Amino acid sequence: MTNRPLTQNIQASGAPAFIQAYEANGGYSGLRKAVSEMTPEGCLDEIKNSRLRGRGGAGFPTGMKWSFVPMGDKAGPGHKYLIANADEMEPGTFKDRLILEQDPHQLLEGMMLAAFTIQADIAYVFLRGEYVLAAERLTQAIAECYAAGYLGENILGSGYSLELRLHRSAGRYICGEETALINALEGKRANPRPKPPFPQVSGLWGRPSIVNNVETLCNITHIITRGADWFQTLGRGEDSGTKLFGASGNVKNPGVWELPMGTPIREIIEEHAGGMRDGYQLRGFLPGGGSTDFLTDQHLDLAMDYDVIGKAGSRMGTGTMIVLDDRNCPLGMVRNLSRFFAHESCGFCTPCRDGIPWIVQLLDQFEQGHATEEDIALLEEKAAFIGGIGNTHCALAPGAMEPVNSALKYFREDFERHVTEGGCTYHSAAGRH
Amino acid sequence: MGDVITNLSPEEIAEIEHEIALVPRRDGAAIDAMLVVQKHRGWVSDESLKAIANLLEMSAEELEGIATFYNLIFRKPVGEKVILLCDSVSCWLRGYEDVKTRLSETLGIEYGETTADGRFTLLPVPCLGACDRAPVMMVGDELHTHLGESDLAMLNKEGASQ
Repeated sequence: MTNRPLTQNIQASGAPAFIQAYEANGGYSGLRKAVSEMTPEGCLDEIKNSRLRGRGGAGFPTGMKWSFVPMGDKAGPGHKYLIANADEMEPGTFKDRLILEQDPHQLLEGMMLAAFTIQADIAYVFLRGEYVLAAERLTQAIAECYAAGYLGENILGSGYSLELRLHRSAGRYICGEETALINALEGKRANPRPKPPFPQVSGLWGRPSIVNNVETLCNITHIITRGADWFQTLGRGEDSGTKLFGASGNVKNPGVWELPMGTPIREIIEEHAGGMRDGYQLRGFLPGGGSTDFLTDQHLDLAMDYDVIGKAGSRMGTGTMIVLDDRNCPLGMVRNLSRFFAHESCGFCTPCRDGIPWIVQLLDQFEQGHATEEDIALLEEKAAFIGGIGNTHCALAPGAMEPVNSALKYFREDFERHVTEGGCTYHSAAGRH
Repeated sequence: MGDVITNLSPEEIAEIEHEIALVPRRDGAAIDAMLVVQKHRGWVSDESLKAIANLLEMSAEELEGIATFYNLIFRKPVGEKVILLCDSVSCWLRGYEDVKTRLSETLGIEYGETTADGRFTLLPVPCLGACDRAPVMMVGDELHTHLGESDLAMLNKEGASQ
């Protein structure tokens, strides 16, 4: 019995596990168990007891999220939906791709179990358009499931029926936000919806819906198969289970690894990623994607647990770290991120639509040597307003300001140097890459 | 229905109707319908857009609002292969800007432009989710990783020889 359940079918060669290989390794025993021995309530209890938290970035308890779905007659007539968020677009995040391309059945089984728990009858994989290989492999895997009787009418003779479809997205980062994703699935512009109502009550086509990240759903498979108690033993710290952690940037061995929740940051960067490339020093890192606050070398011994990273002033986010070195400019990195967020704003809320381009403009001034001391204060003031919770519908703008605010905190001397030296001094550094 | 008959092929109409059957409202298939047409024609022209809107029983203006929201729906003609160069943070740290410069020099085009021979269109794209292999780009349906000078030279050769 492996303690690395998420990657048990992942081959170093990159070869995918289709249904034969997946079943040979115990695949679909969770589905058999759920539909023959368990009730939806029993499944929900197991997920609640596992203390699984959402792996898409927010870390919300999955069992609690599902518990708001109306059950039985309370749901009213019509469909209920289960949606896998496979719109992996958070800058610096490359974990779900691994599973989508190499172990598609793991996701599908997790989706079936999630759908059974909330008694959804239609499920979607919302896949980003550029994941072409994942689309091919998911298409094959879904067809295999229909042929095997894991999908369709009366699954394994249980009386439970589920239809599962692949939706390939037409782009835009904002589709990763669950209500924007629902609008995209309805064929509309992907503007996030105001909450409430929450999707659990009124989601896709106004019906009860759950949207979960790929990795979250994969965990469901193992929790139902092996139990909540087993799952809780996997973590090293407060949080339960394992996590797909990653590191990118100028580290020796960038990659993604399944490790226990609560693994210290130093272990991820120094052992798994092999430390910095020769000639590069660590300046800082975003612990979980482009919309998390910078941390620095003083935080290396922290555990990658949601609350630990939260207390340090950042977020664990997607768990894939972006490492900043000493040859790249912190302002340049923040400028790249801010440009991304400005471009990806859906344009609905003014602070996001007009505010983030303002941040980009200010950062351009620093880059070009036109910024003054006052511009540092101005940047701080704007970032606080744009990032203020409740000033926008969704979390894009607050997320966008996390690297800005934290760069001002940890790399202030770099901002000041751009003012005193009339621009960026990193460009002249020889052999930057 | 005149627009539908003259501007969409029977095959396209059948594929779009299949998408419509999966959703509660005809206009719910708007994005899929445009992707169907783009699969067949490479892009969505004004004529196609009007015909799709007609088929979905929605206004062309509303469909245009949806089309222009999504970066993978092309409202202008594109080359045989679209190059999507990742310009996000991990590729920035690994020098994508140098790749962009060489790519533009090699192909003689900037973002949003198509090579004179009609083979490639160059576009920036948000993080492609392959940050451990940065810098990366898509060329058509294929992901190209660890981009260096030799990869771009090959692209040029491929472009010239075909």
